Amino acid sequence: MTLHRDDEASKMGMWIFLFTELLLFGGLFLVYSIYRHKNPDPFAHAGSELDVFIGTINTIALITSSLTVALSITAIQKNKPKLAIGFLWLTIVFALVFMVNKYFEWGAKFEHGLFPGQEHFMSIDKGEQLFFFLYFFMTGLHGLHVVVGSILLGFVIMRIRQKRVTHDNFVFHENGGLYWHLVDLIWIYLFPLFYLIK
Amino acid sequence: MWVWVALLILTVITVSAVLVDLKNFIVFAALFIATIKATIVAVYFMHLKFESKIISIMLILTMVVFITFILLTFVDYSYR
Repeated sequence: MTLHRDDEASKMGMWIFLFTELLLFGGLFLVYSIYRHKNPDPFAHAGSELDVFIGTINTIALITSSLTVALSITAIQKNKPKLAIGFLWLTIVFALVFMVNKYFEWGAKFEHGLFPGQEHFMSIDKGEQLFFFLYFFMTGLHGLHVVVGSILLGFVIMRIRQKRVTHDNFVFHENGGLYWHLVDLIWIYLFPLFYLIK
Repeated sequence: MWVWVALLILTVITVSAVLVDLKNFIVFAALFIATIKATIVAVYFMHLKFESKIISIMLILTMVVFITFILLTFVDYSYR
């Protein structure tokens, strides 16, 4: 006797969780847009201190990692577990690239004394302070999602190795992928809002 | 694969659009392009196209709730 399975319900459950994630970040986007509306000039000025080049590299890294996750799901569907594992490792490498970039970016902000609480931070305009509060909180929360997503993909790799995720039972893999795409989706909005709009 | 190329092209467009400096228009342009990208990711990478309709409907409902929140808050702040 085989175990009863309902892939559609599993995926719907994952989507419902993603909706709560969207609204979590949605609340932060709301705070951002109201404060931007109230302090347009300080926000524009503070935004110009961010490195557009690093931001663009990270955008490309995340978009490409989204592609490799999608490719790994296609690979497992076609019963090529080795290829699927390869694409997943590639995704984790892109996640690492993203986090290393973030490390240098945040490191530079610390050096400039722009982290909330530092001496220089206390002396800048109130509107710019708000910008950097939101910048650190939102990119920090997003970075946490990148870390969690990579760990989740690591579990997917483990389960493919153990043959618990196979070409006719890959819903766990799909759900891991969905989470990863959500991380990409959020960055698609974070990037223009913080780095580009001046 | 073409989905990935499209996403990259849109990224280039957003970055360069900012360098052109369109002032107030830029916020809407950037958000518009971001929304196109998000839709492409959701429909193709997240397989919404191949899932049952109910998930798409739920996603749209979530976005409607979120947009309602934004509009109501802005109405509140604009008329204080």
